[in-house]
Amino acid sequence: MRYERPETIEAAIALLADAEAKSFVLAGGTDLLVRMQNDTFEADLIVDIKSIEGMDAVTQTDDGFLIGAAVSAAALSENAALVAEWPGVVEAANLIGSTQIQGRCTMVGNLCNASPAADSVPALVAADARVRIAGPDGSREVAILDIPTYPGKTSLTKGEIIVAIVLPKAATRSGDAYLRFTPRTEMDIAVVGVGINLTLDEGGVVAAARIALGAVGPTVSLVEEAAKALIGSKLDQAALDALASACSAASNPIDDKRGTIAFRKQVAGVLARRVAQTAYTRAGGK
Amino acid sequence: MSSIAVATTINDDDVEFLCQPDETLLDVLRNRLGLMGAKEGCGTGDCGACSVIMDGRLVCACLVLGAEAQGRTIETIEGMATGSELHPLQRKFIEHAALQCGICTPGFLMAAKALLATNPNPTETEIRFWLAGNLCRCTGYDKIIRAVQDAAAEMRGEIS
Repeated sequence: MRYERPETIEAAIALLADAEAKSFVLAGGTDLLVRMQNDTFEADLIVDIKSIEGMDAVTQTDDGFLIGAAVSAAALSENAALVAEWPGVVEAANLIGSTQIQGRCTMVGNLCNASPAADSVPALVAADARVRIAGPDGSREVAILDIPTYPGKTSLTKGEIIVAIVLPKAATRSGDAYLRFTPRTEMDIAVVGVGINLTLDEGGVVAAARIALGAVGPTVSLVEEAAKALIGSKLDQAALDALASACSAASNPIDDKRGTIAFRKQVAGVLARRVAQTAYTRAGGK
Repeated sequence: MSSIAVATTINDDDVEFLCQPDETLLDVLRNRLGLMGAKEGCGTGDCGACSVIMDGRLVCACLVLGAEAQGRTIETIEGMATGSELHPLQRKFIEHAALQCGICTPGFLMAAKALLATNPNPTETEIRFWLAGNLCRCTGYDKIIRAVQDAAAEMRGEIS
C-alpha cells in the first residue's frame, strides 16, 4: 500500500483515476482507519487530501458557505457565522462520535461513507446543500441527495473527489434543526434521524419546508408529503399530527438489534414533531 | 511497502521517524518512539485510551496514520508534567483516587487537558459530554469528574 499526500486537486485526481489501483480518499480517517483494522481490508493507495489548499477552510460567500472536504465537525462548531445561519447542520455534525472523533471527522466523509444512519446527511438535505465534485472529466455540482445510492455505495465515479459542500444562504425567517434517536445518550448510531428546515412568511406561517429522514431506509430521503403537512400552518396540533403521520408512512426501515420496524416508524414521527418545533422557533415563529 | 520519513513535533521536541504507510500514530508512538503512555484499548476510536492532542485538537492516535503526523504538533501524556512537577490534573486524579487500574488514565488526562484549554470553567454536564469518548471500567466516572472540576478550580486560581 502507498500513502500519498498531493498538494493539488489535479494530482489527487490523477492518483485516484489510476484504474489498476484500489484507492481510498483520506480526510478525517475516522471511518477509513477503522476499516483498515479489518483483516480483510485491502488497498493499494491512500490519498490524503488535507494538504490541498482550501480543503480545511470554511468560506462565507454571497451565496452561502463553502465548506472544504477536510473541515472537521469541531471546526464547524467554532465558526460563529455558520452556527448562526445553519445551527441544525452544525449540531448534526457534532453528534457524530466522541470529542476525539469530532476533532477529525468531516461531513464529506460522513456522506461518502454512505451509512444510512449518517447524522449530518439529513440536516444537509434539509438545508438543500450541494456538493462540488472534481474528477478526470472536470467539475460538477450535485445535490447531497444524489450522492448515496445504497448502504456503503455512492454515485461518485472513479477518480472523482468531493472537494466541498455548498450550503446556500439561509432564507430570511428560516431555521433548521436535527435530532436523532439513540438508545444511549452519546457515542451511538442513529436509530432514526430527522433534519428539518422551515421558512416562514411575515405572519409566522410556514411558507417552505424540507424534511429529511435518516436511518429508516437504505439512503436518506426527502419527504414531500411531510413538507405539505406543514406548509400553510403555524405548526398547530393538526399540522404536527399530519407531519408525524407522513414521516412514519415514509419510513421504510429494517428490523435490527437497535430498533424494530414498528418502533422506528413511530419514532420518526415523534422526532419530526420535536425537530419541527425547534426549527420553527429558530425561524422566529411563536 | 516502503517506509515513509516523517518529521514532526512531539511534546516540544523535534522528532523524525520512519513508518509504514498503514501504521497508526499510536503504533509509532508506542513501538518506534518508546512513548508508551497512550494505550491501545480498542484500536477503533471507541475507548479514548490512546487520546493525544494534535495541532490543539483531541484525537484518537489509533485513528491517525503515522504519516499524517508530518509537520504537525503532537502532545502526549509524557509531556504533561513539568519535570517532576505533576500537572494539576494529574495531581487531582491522585488526590481524588480517580483511577484504579490506570489503563484509561492517560487518555482521560489528555482529554481533560484539551477541555480546560478551551473551557476553563466547564459544568459537570459539559465535562461528562466532553469525556464521553473515554471509557473507564473501574471508577464509575464520578471521581474522574470531581478531579477535573477540582483541577479546573485550582487552574483558575480558586482555592481548593
